[in-house]
Amino acid sequence: MDIVVEHLTKRYGPQKAVDNVSFRVKAGEVLGFLGPNGAGKTTTMKAISCYIRPEDGDIKVGGYSIHEHPDIIKKNIGYLPENNPLYDDMNIIDFLEFIAKIHDVPKYLIPERILDMIRTCGLEGEKHKLISELSKGYQQRVGLAQALIHDPEILILDEPTTGLDPNQIVEIRELIKRIGNEKTVILSSHILAEVEATCDRILIINNGRIVVDGTAEELRKQAAGNEILKLGVQGGDVEEVFECLISIDTIETVDIIDMDKQLFEIQSIADTSSVKSIFDACVQNNYYISELTPTETKLEDIFRELTLH
Amino acid sequence: MKQILHIATRELNTFFDSLTAYVLIVIFLGFSGFFTWVYGADVFFVGQANLNTFFTVAYWSLFIFIPALTMKSIAGELTEGTLELLLTKPVSDWQLILGKFLSTLLLIVIALAPTVVYYFTLWSIGPVDHSAILLGYIGLLLMSMVYISIGLLTSCLFSNPIVASLTGLSIGIFFHIIFDVLAANFVGFTGNLFSYISLSTHFESITRGVVDTKDIIYFLSIVFFCLYTSKQILSNRNLHV
Repeated sequence: MDIVVEHLTKRYGPQKAVDNVSFRVKAGEVLGFLGPNGAGKTTTMKAISCYIRPEDGDIKVGGYSIHEHPDIIKKNIGYLPENNPLYDDMNIIDFLEFIAKIHDVPKYLIPERILDMIRTCGLEGEKHKLISELSKGYQQRVGLAQALIHDPEILILDEPTTGLDPNQIVEIRELIKRIGNEKTVILSSHILAEVEATCDRILIINNGRIVVDGTAEELRKQAAGNEILKLGVQGGDVEEVFECLISIDTIETVDIIDMDKQLFEIQSIADTSSVKSIFDACVQNNYYISELTPTETKLEDIFRELTLH
Repeated sequence: MKQILHIATRELNTFFDSLTAYVLIVIFLGFSGFFTWVYGADVFFVGQANLNTFFTVAYWSLFIFIPALTMKSIAGELTEGTLELLLTKPVSDWQLILGKFLSTLLLIVIALAPTVVYYFTLWSIGPVDHSAILLGYIGLLLMSMVYISIGLLTSCLFSNPIVASLTGLSIGIFFHIIFDVLAANFVGFTGNLFSYISLSTHFESITRGVVDTKDIIYFLSIVFFCLYTSKQILSNRNLHV
């Protein structure tokens, strides 16, 4: 099932939480939804899962509009809300059974589905416990299990890894990846590494508008710009080396990072590479290169650059 | 329909898991039993084989208990965030409201069920007016429906359960006593109007053994109005989430 969001606008009072957002998610795609807090991620997800109704615009899931057929859309969506609300006073099995019944899973299939979910989400040891007795990580797994119990076509996860320890984060990511092979997944996060590790495509949203839409690769390419090198040169005085480097034509700026280790950060003029000229210059002056690393633009930097303005 | 039942069953289980149901049933049966059989103008003083004493006690105790039962029904789901969980499942706003309504009504039925023993006891001592007793129970159920729907409405309006409960109780007091008192103080149209909107008038007329469609319409229209308004409030949640 495809998800098509068209000109979605949602206001809370005078403030626009989401402002004319349009995008499309193809079936089988894992989409990462990124943005600073309050950017409109959760609002968009709530609108897709038919919890709130936008003032303007439409969302079509598998061709059905949220305005006309919310019932059909809800059947095909597994949604894990932010903060993972659960009925704390129920035990895991009862809770999953209740959700399965609400989803109209055929009665003979329910025990099988529950066992399947308990296994998939690693809840075997805890299955008879009350939800209130579980640790945050296990509760998050129960949240995932309830979202998956009816085997939905689409999975919407609002910050699925908040509050988990590093091991659990890795596990949940693996799980999402596995699920993402068969299903359409939209996942929101403000952790970039997570989105990069799990998603096919990244959407960055800021102040209710989409600022970037593309794969992690494309994002990097777009923001890469000038070549940046981290360079260590030995065999000469720092100032001499600095003078020598700055005199190379293709180099735009030279920064000294570390005086003792003689490390520099070098930025070349657009669309040029200074590696060869640096090497030649060092040979001429009898310096030797102790380190030469191209600096990749981090997704974090791209994110900051795009969302701070 | 299925969804309504699933929601109602879950809710009812919560009542029993959290001891609320047991406390309610024990207190209700204790009170009504004590006043019906032991203390004051009990059935032995009436001189007739009827359960009017019991119905009066139940009329008052249910009035006080119901807001406490309904106060968290929607407010609790909203503050816990589980409303979002439920309403993103294939559940409509109506189904949720009706499920909540049904669960509390079922709990009241369960609390009333053991009092059927009173009826059989009375039957063994004297000639009982069976239809009057049946109507008495129907009256109690109709009255409970009204207070449950008022309770649900206040629970939709206020996210704080205590505020919801107290507001429900205060609205209830108008239907329970104040309109009746006002009706006694006015004559003519105003008096008739207050008498008509007072719940006790209609409850008494039913328990007296007179079935009038006007009474039934009165109860059901309040129920419908409150449930419909609750549903509208729930549908307008986009305003504050």
